[in-house]
Amino acid sequence: MIEGITIYEILTVTTIIFFIGVYGFLTRKNLISILISVELILNASVVNFVVINKYLYPDMLQGVFFSIFIIAVAAAETALAISIIINLYRQISSVEVEDTEMMKH
Amino acid sequence: MIVFAIAAVRNRKMLRSVIYLLFVLVGIAGIFFLIDYNFLAAVQLTVYAGGIIVLMIFSVLLVHHIELELEVAKPLKQIITAITCLVGTGIVLTNIYAHEFNVVENNISTTTADIGSRMLSYEAGGFILPFEVISVVLLAAMIGAIVIAKGKKLTNKNED
Repeated sequence: MIEGITIYEILTVTTIIFFIGVYGFLTRKNLISILISVELILNASVVNFVVINKYLYPDMLQGVFFSIFIIAVAAAETALAISIIINLYRQISSVEVEDTEMMKH
Repeated sequence: MIVFAIAAVRNRKMLRSVIYLLFVLVGIAGIFFLIDYNFLAAVQLTVYAGGIIVLMIFSVLLVHHIELELEVAKPLKQIITAITCLVGTGIVLTNIYAHEFNVVENNISTTTADIGSRMLSYEAGGFILPFEVISVVLLAAMIGAIVIAKGKKLTNKNED
């Protein structure tokens, strides 16, 4: 644990980052910006896992494993999303959310 | 870090907001270093700051003109969303501060060897099965990304 920094302060920072991510997710109209917001949300949750593991149960490692798995899933998700975005841009020349109406078939 | 996060979601130029996201991710890696999980900080730096940021910069450069200003939501919708997010932050923070965490004072430092042996152990508390599953997921995601990014283009050419 960090000397002089309580768990409340770190949880405050991660909460604020999480809600900034939610705000970006709801207000931006661009697929890549939405992806950036999702990364913010996932990162806040990863820090929460690790900090709770370190401060409350220091002799276990579950939080570390879960955060590693979250990072792996986030990487896979980003790669897939970016390939979908690039493919979409090739077909309709736009990455705005409102223009993507043709993904159903 | 919070300032950079706000800048990442508020900035209207794509490339700048990706760079602000990079600063946020490096700051989170700094938190991991501070609480003595060196392996996790290294993973964060390589996977996020190395891989995902480069992917995003690639896609931004492929998709946008750099100086293009993005359109954002209407001001009314922005204000409503901001108020909702502030209320949510307030609720979560009051809950956090109302809860008593029984913090264990400790100075245990976890080595990478610990993490590796626990992750690959077959005994109770080992994480071998999720490890294998996540490797399959990564492989499927890679193949899927290649297929999506490449296959549609070929069919398009055929249609043209």
